[in-house]
Amino acid sequence: MRSVGLNLVIGAGITAFFVVLATVSMVWTPYDITVLSVADRLQPPSGAHWLGTDHFGRDIVSMLMVGAQTSIAVALIAVGVGVLVGVPLGLFAAATHGSLLDEIVMRGNDVVFAFPALVIAILITAIFGPGAVNAIIAIGIFNIPVFARIARGSALPVWTREFIMAARLSGKGAAHISLEHVLPNIANTLIVQATIQFSLGILAEAGLAYVGLGAQPPIPSWGRMLAEAQTMIALAPHVAIVPGLTIVLMVLGLNLFGDGLRDLLDPRLRERSR
Amino acid sequence: MNKVWMTGLALAMLWTGPVLAQRTDIVVGLVLEPPHLDPTAGAAAAIDEVVYANVFEGLTRFGPDGAILPALAESWDISEDALTYTFHLNEDVVFHDGTPMTADDVVFSFERAMADDSVNAQKVLFDAIATVEAPDDLTAVVTLEHPNGNLLFNLAWGDAVIVSPSSADANTSNPVGTGPFRFARWTQGDSVVIERNGDYWGEPARLERATFRFIDDPTAAFAAMMAEDVDTFPIFPAPEMLPILDADPRFVAVVGSTEGETLLAMNNRRAPLDNILVREAIAHAIDRQAIIDGAMFGYGTPIGTHFAPHHPAYVDLTDLSAYDPERSRELLEEAGVGPIRLSLALPPPPTYARRGGEIIAAQLRAVGIETDIVNMEWAQWLEQVFSGADFDLTVISHTEPLDIEIYGRDDYYFGYGAPSFKAIMEELNLTTDPERRTELLQAAQRDIAENYVNAYLFQMAKTAIQHVDLEGLWVNAPTQATDLTAVYWR
Repeated sequence: MRSVGLNLVIGAGITAFFVVLATVSMVWTPYDITVLSVADRLQPPSGAHWLGTDHFGRDIVSMLMVGAQTSIAVALIAVGVGVLVGVPLGLFAAATHGSLLDEIVMRGNDVVFAFPALVIAILITAIFGPGAVNAIIAIGIFNIPVFARIARGSALPVWTREFIMAARLSGKGAAHISLEHVLPNIANTLIVQATIQFSLGILAEAGLAYVGLGAQPPIPSWGRMLAEAQTMIALAPHVAIVPGLTIVLMVLGLNLFGDGLRDLLDPRLRERSR
Repeated sequence: MNKVWMTGLALAMLWTGPVLAQRTDIVVGLVLEPPHLDPTAGAAAAIDEVVYANVFEGLTRFGPDGAILPALAESWDISEDALTYTFHLNEDVVFHDGTPMTADDVVFSFERAMADDSVNAQKVLFDAIATVEAPDDLTAVVTLEHPNGNLLFNLAWGDAVIVSPSSADANTSNPVGTGPFRFARWTQGDSVVIERNGDYWGEPARLERATFRFIDDPTAAFAAMMAEDVDTFPIFPAPEMLPILDADPRFVAVVGSTEGETLLAMNNRRAPLDNILVREAIAHAIDRQAIIDGAMFGYGTPIGTHFAPHHPAYVDLTDLSAYDPERSRELLEEAGVGPIRLSLALPPPPTYARRGGEIIAAQLRAVGIETDIVNMEWAQWLEQVFSGADFDLTVISHTEPLDIEIYGRDDYYFGYGAPSFKAIMEELNLTTDPERRTELLQAAQRDIAENYVNAYLFQMAKTAIQHVDLEGLWVNAPTQATDLTAVYWR
């Protein structure tokens, strides 16, 4: 039980740290990253620049702060798209379980699910052009089947419970029951899944940006920082190591947070640990 | 006992190893793969980088220093009125497919390039030519409509090489020329192999085989050099890695000049860039040295006009567009165009285009011009920007030698073609006197600089990395070529 709490605390701490950094960067960064200072390029970490400067002489701490904004915004909206579209689809499929509609929804999901997530994202950004908005759409689309399946899978057993019977007998419609009785019962599972999808979203955004399909310059992005640093590793290792570690830390934090949340919220795990 | 003997043998092999392993092959790394292999049917520099001087030859050719040298023509006579060029061809020249090369092939090649349905990318090279005749097998006579001081230079281009009627149509996939190497095979997406032509008419190549490998990723290029999978990159794709490779005792970096003028090209037809004040403001907003340092890690020479600084006729006009953000803001105010937002199309090269573009965007932002960066693949750039002229700003390097005449073309993508400039070009075309030609070339440079057609950034450096034991590779790049005819291993 103690380790469960520790995961949650560390995960939540790391996540909160990045969220605070991103929020602060909206009003203040140590240096203005829109101003390039080529003469100060590739400086190692120092008192003036805690994590050094990049190949254009921009302060890496400031770049990471604004980059956190991009990462979090893209991942958050993409997960939002997945939840807002996927959960109703899953609830709908569960409510009409076994019907043709259920089949259509779930097989449609299978089609999307069958493609590797990042490949879909690359396909979408390749067709509609690179950019933050298209990255959001791309990552959002592969989140839809994830949430649809989770929602359907968790909703199905709920539909067999006595209080649902009672609700049906009292004359409530399927939509009403789904929202009022099913959704609250599966919310915990969805929240845990959303946290995990959020960390995957961060990775996907970094991956898209790395191959040049994410947010376009001058908007900073962790993945692009990494890509641009690639040829400079031998000259100034910190320009690659720092954004790389940042992505690792953020994803690790979110995963710990998700794990901790699951341990805390999932009723079955809770019962077992008792 | 046996073991001792084996050790002795191994030692002996080690000892004699390097002598036995005198290499006669080379692997050349190129960033871009050619779309096809016919230099007379495409503008892509990558074609010439594989076949020029190696597989195909023209009547004249570029030397390593840019001088025009005899090639298939051993000599030529020019008539008094400078209208008739009589080329005397080398004897015993044979195409790789065994057909002899005669003056008829010269007539065929030039008429093919000049034909209305020709797909030659540089038809302008042949503009002045009225007729081409073959009085006998070893004499080709080119008659001009008007004198053209550039004819011998023009005929040295890869676009003017001599091809055979029996093989010309298949040159895109199976190039047949007269050069010291014959085409062996092309593994698409990977490499082109050429092999020594045993029947070469001139000094035979010292290498037996050359492989061109296409590697566009700088880190992969670096790894290929370090693993000695590639012996040289004539232009290494990431200048920041050059000092690291140079520090390795196996390799040496060789920095030379190229014909690549790198520009921030502006769409002169489109508002607000049709206003000279706006273009001048943009030119003054640019800090060239910051771009050379930030994008090219110091490799490059600032230019103030579309002309190579190592050319004798070059005029340094960088002061006309000196970095002066204050002046830039004043000019924008004077132009009275209000807030400006422009798109900035960037082709794929990660160095000058992508990094340079990002620096330019920041410099323009500093004077109040917002830009939207649009990264493009080559196909899209060629279609939308170069052919379609649908752009505001773009960063591009023009790698053809002495190509200032593009400013006189009406349909060219940046859309200048001013009468003042055309008049200079017209006179230049008719002038053969070297001094007057220099004056005219300088007038042309001034014209485009004073009209701020484009913002001229820097002359691209040739940043080569090669094995220390390789000799005979070009230091400078007077044309787009990887001439291997004189290359050998020490």
